[in-house]
Amino acid sequence: MLRGLRDGVVTTRWPGRADPYADGWRGPARELGPANSVDPALCPTGAISAQGVDQGRCILCGRCVAERPDLFAWSQGATGPAAAGLSREALVVPEPPETDEAVEAARARLRERTTALRRSVHVRHVDAGSDGSEEWEIQALLGPVYDIHRLGVFFTASPRHADVLLVTGAGARGMSGPLRTTYDGMPDPKVVIAVGTDAVSGGLLSESEVVTGGVAVTVPVDVWLPGSPPSPFGILNALLIAVGQLAYGGKGTR
Amino acid sequence: MTVTQADVGTLREELLAMVGAGGRFAGLFGGRSEGGPLVLSAHVATVGSIDTLQAPLPPGAAGFPALTPRLGAAFWYERVIHDRFGVVPDGHPRLAPLIRPGTPEDYALPRHVAGYGVFTIPHGPVRSGVMESIEYLVETPGEAIPHLNMRVFYKHRGIADRFAGTTPADAVLLAERAEGIASVAHALAFCHAIETIAGCQPPPAAGLVRVLHAELERIANHLDVAVRLADAAGLAVATARFALHKERVQRLVSALCGSRFGRGVVVPGGVGALPLLPPAQILAEAGKLRKAVTADAGALMGTSSFLDRLRGTGPLTPARARQHGALGPIGKASGFADDARLARPYDGYPSLTLPPAPAHTAGDALARLRVRWEEVDQAFGLIRQAADDLAERAGDPARLPCEPVRGRAAGWAEAPQGEVLYYVELAGGRIARCQPRSASFHNLVLMHEVFTGDILTDFPFIEASFGLSVAGVAL
Repeated sequence: MLRGLRDGVVTTRWPGRADPYADGWRGPARELGPANSVDPALCPTGAISAQGVDQGRCILCGRCVAERPDLFAWSQGATGPAAAGLSREALVVPEPPETDEAVEAARARLRERTTALRRSVHVRHVDAGSDGSEEWEIQALLGPVYDIHRLGVFFTASPRHADVLLVTGAGARGMSGPLRTTYDGMPDPKVVIAVGTDAVSGGLLSESEVVTGGVAVTVPVDVWLPGSPPSPFGILNALLIAVGQLAYGGKGTR
Repeated sequence: MTVTQADVGTLREELLAMVGAGGRFAGLFGGRSEGGPLVLSAHVATVGSIDTLQAPLPPGAAGFPALTPRLGAAFWYERVIHDRFGVVPDGHPRLAPLIRPGTPEDYALPRHVAGYGVFTIPHGPVRSGVMESIEYLVETPGEAIPHLNMRVFYKHRGIADRFAGTTPADAVLLAERAEGIASVAHALAFCHAIETIAGCQPPPAAGLVRVLHAELERIANHLDVAVRLADAAGLAVATARFALHKERVQRLVSALCGSRFGRGVVVPGGVGALPLLPPAQILAEAGKLRKAVTADAGALMGTSSFLDRLRGTGPLTPARARQHGALGPIGKASGFADDARLARPYDGYPSLTLPPAPAHTAGDALARLRVRWEEVDQAFGLIRQAADDLAERAGDPARLPCEPVRGRAAGWAEAPQGEVLYYVELAGGRIARCQPRSASFHNLVLMHEVFTGDILTDFPFIEASFGLSVAGVAL
């Protein structure tokens, strides 16, 4: 036991206080100037278009930042209101203006469902075709550094006890059935978080015979978290946004 | 590295001759290049190289003579060929779908074990805890596990097919995501194939940075296994300690390159950029980590209640390990050590000292954990040497141009799970065919065989001690 005490408290103080590791995190690419002159082929996942950068497709390879530093930069920070979106459209930066109403409506719907579970949240995770890294980052939340139990969040084996569903992976068709069964097995109200660019859009794996290209085809997603993989802080942030412990996300200047 | 043309009819005999001459069966894949006929490629690892046998199927052929009856290690490889291309390996013992989800009738399994009170526990694909999707079908009379079946197809993502038509620069991003917890090793194996085709040699500094990241990845993976084993034994302090160390390793990796999994580091021709931290700081951080990990590993390995759970659990006999060519820590724990870093060295490894590890023959979960701690210690030693050498190479470029147009080659790297193999064919500067093979795929099939005498409560220990990733199996 002394061994465990030697390092002092290693647990982050976030969200009560800022955490330098979370703030220094290198997030998906964002746009500095109009991207309409850029060859869309620059991005391996087609995240760049005339509208801007679709962070839901960004796999953080950094090619656009390296090739056109005048137009693209990394977004900074793993947490904050804009690190996860309440609608798929909200991940496109700069955000199209017409999403304002949609985001407000999504906020209201989420608020309605989550007021009851602010201080005791049970989470179920389902892997729908991840590369394995998202699982590591979710598991990290149970470790001493992130220690989500301090925030009243617990993982549960049974979907029947779960309030939140964390879905990882590009939506392997083999997992569509088990994922849907898990979702259906959860009692209402329930919230679904798509964890990682793969879960949001499929990332490098667009829709095909074996992959649905994102999990929203199978279950309705409430919170969209890009990243390849997202950092544990990003997942924690999305979880707290989902259950209403943090200011609702969607708008911001990432 | 040689590529030899063979005939489908004689492929089996030629392959068996190569394996009989001391080679290790490393893989058997099917693939089409540029709309051509289906070509089987078999790979044999020897000292210094991995040799390839190419055998095109005659047009219209519906099958080929199965290797499995004579070479058991080809069992899953031939099922994958059947899944992907529909050709039948004639004489294969069981051609049920492996990586492609079929209809429920396809994979209805008869029970293997008959007897009073024997039943099947279906475990997965959604399992308790934060796990990758896989289904275990445990046949048991209540405690013992006379038979285990696995269904891995749930998370099949079609990675091998996705490579076709991409540029090497895009393909390396895909390789990093084939098995996300071994991103660096997969990117290395892929880039080695590309570099062999191009005949280019990454600059020495890049070779050292590659070693640095590959070894940090190894430490993080082995710590992950330690976390899972300690968790399975209910050791709360040990679980938290190793989770803390793993987090610190991942934070060091992210301080070096911006990604906690070393993504974007390895590119064809070198590395994307030199580390963001100066070598002196890498040395200091790695030194602190080594001290902390060594102390905690020592404490864990002195906890007799923990060792009792691992000793004799999930044993793989040396004979089976050799016969199958078991990779990585699983092979090493059973007396079969074929470490690509020593036998077929690449990047910075030839210039660094990698002391040979002690031989193990017990083959149980305990031996596998001992191997991992030895590898962690070696990895810290390699990191120290690599960072030292890197400090003297401040002016080196990070990468050299490497844009091959046409050719074929195999590339390999030693992942934490064992050897990763990539077979790549290029045409017109784009990938015509790329077949990744993770150590997880090659090794997982062995889990069928290690439950002799073990009971249900040993299951998490055995699974964790294998330390594999399902993503790399189902691809």
